[in-house]
Amino acid sequence: MSNFDTSTHLLYLAAAVCFVLGLHLMTSPLTARRGNLLSGAGMALAVVVTMAILARDGAISSVGLVVLVGGLTVGGGAGLLAARRVAMTSMPQLISLFNAAGGGAAALIALGDTLERGALPLARQPVSTSLTLALDVLLGSVTLSGSLVAAGKLAGVLPGRPVYSRVNRPLTVLLVVLSLAGVSSLTAGEGGTTMLCVLALIAVALGVLVTLRIGGADMPVVISLLNACTGTAVAMAGFVLHSTPLIIAGALVGAAGTILTTLMAEAMNRSLISVLAGGFGTGDNDPTLSGADGSYRTVEVDDAALQLAYASKVVIVPGYGLAAAQAQHEVVALARALTEQGVEVTYAIHPVAGRMPGHMNVLLAEADAPYEQMRDLEEANAEFPTTDVVLVVGANDVTNPAARRPGNAVSGMPILDVDRARSVMVIKRSMGHGYAGMDNDLYADPVTAMLFGDAKQMLTRLVAALRAYV
Amino acid sequence: MTPLLLADITVFVLSLLVGLEVITKVPATLHTPLMSGANAIHGAVVVGVMLLAGAMGTGLGYLVVFVAAALAATNVVGGYVVTDRMLQMFRSRGGKK
Repeated sequence: MSNFDTSTHLLYLAAAVCFVLGLHLMTSPLTARRGNLLSGAGMALAVVVTMAILARDGAISSVGLVVLVGGLTVGGGAGLLAARRVAMTSMPQLISLFNAAGGGAAALIALGDTLERGALPLARQPVSTSLTLALDVLLGSVTLSGSLVAAGKLAGVLPGRPVYSRVNRPLTVLLVVLSLAGVSSLTAGEGGTTMLCVLALIAVALGVLVTLRIGGADMPVVISLLNACTGTAVAMAGFVLHSTPLIIAGALVGAAGTILTTLMAEAMNRSLISVLAGGFGTGDNDPTLSGADGSYRTVEVDDAALQLAYASKVVIVPGYGLAAAQAQHEVVALARALTEQGVEVTYAIHPVAGRMPGHMNVLLAEADAPYEQMRDLEEANAEFPTTDVVLVVGANDVTNPAARRPGNAVSGMPILDVDRARSVMVIKRSMGHGYAGMDNDLYADPVTAMLFGDAKQMLTRLVAALRAYV
Repeated sequence: MTPLLLADITVFVLSLLVGLEVITKVPATLHTPLMSGANAIHGAVVVGVMLLAGAMGTGLGYLVVFVAAALAATNVVGGYVVTDRMLQMFRSRGGKK
């Protein structure tokens, strides 16, 4: 091994160490930003080392260099622009888009690699290469199309409800069988570039079909899973090119995605299989749906404000409705006004609140809520019995006590036990249903009072009332 | 199996385990930045695209490289920038702007 090879290997190793340490620093909000910067520095190092390898080998033609730099500039510019401009509420769809881009790039690496090896048919490749090539194309293409569909659903371009017809299930099974057949025949050395392209097309169709039939409520699970798939695809691309940094980075992301997928599925008490089978959830809340049969109590804004002001402990439960109404700044303003009154305020955040894992925390952080006030499911449930007032803003199914009894759509789902607090106030647009499409027993509970209206306006009025009367 | 492949498999398996170990400890508060940061890390695919570009010599090959480079760069640049934007918002009660 020449000195040059040794140093590039060591520098790649340093980059990989930066990725791992970067992820490690993400375990605390205090160090997380430094962690991301460290991981970014590792990435920059890996890119510079790769440039050095290309320059030294003199392998890249001048046309190739222009094409490469051109592509990097276009993509980098687009990524930078999108990342700078995106609103925090639109974060899930942007991350999905970036994920799609990564999956697409990984699949293209495998396709490009076989194109260039055209002279050497797949049959003459070792099984390890042909298998990883096939898996790379399969996973990369599925994530490309799946993430695009998921982003479309999250952005509201595509309907959030499950989209499927009767032929959907047999067609999905057929595509799965075909893609497995494709992978095994490629591994056995049958078929070349054409076969790989066909496999890519099948995988793209599969990604679309499967993601389309998954309802909006399951999106946190799906984007975590797609993230894991991209990671694995990138690791496979690393096997194809014998590139250690790619294998390490891909494996790390694969692990991250797998953990988040499991956590999200647990938080909804749903198995991964049932999520992928799709068809769950009604999609976007339909305000015309009439819910519980009128046995609920409403409260005036002024009374609600007074009740909040004279409580000693208030827990705010934000849900997707808060994000949809872009009311994160208003809710934090209310919390701040209450804190000034000497009220102890915390936020109880269900793991699947919002459209991706931890989405609600980001929105609250954007509005400058200190993260010390954010409680996860277990912490919050321990606090509810000593809480005077719980204010539910735009959350529904995750507060439904029906989850504690068997035999309904949310049975067994871990919920925030808001009904154990002394009183509950719910800000909601109407009596419409949540994603599970069922009545929320909480609203009929005598401790609960409803405040009907848009979350943003209602919170602003509450703050105004607080200022006026207290 | 070649020694090279065995080494690759070893690296893959150990990295998976390291990933599982490190990421299990990330609190729910940081799950969105974690996912976005992990997303940026798989932007390492850009290294693969660069290596591939070194081997390309046909028109079709250049097209593949261009598209792959654009996608990978979007992933890596956007991923890191957006994660940083999110993380700079996580402040504690004491730390003001």
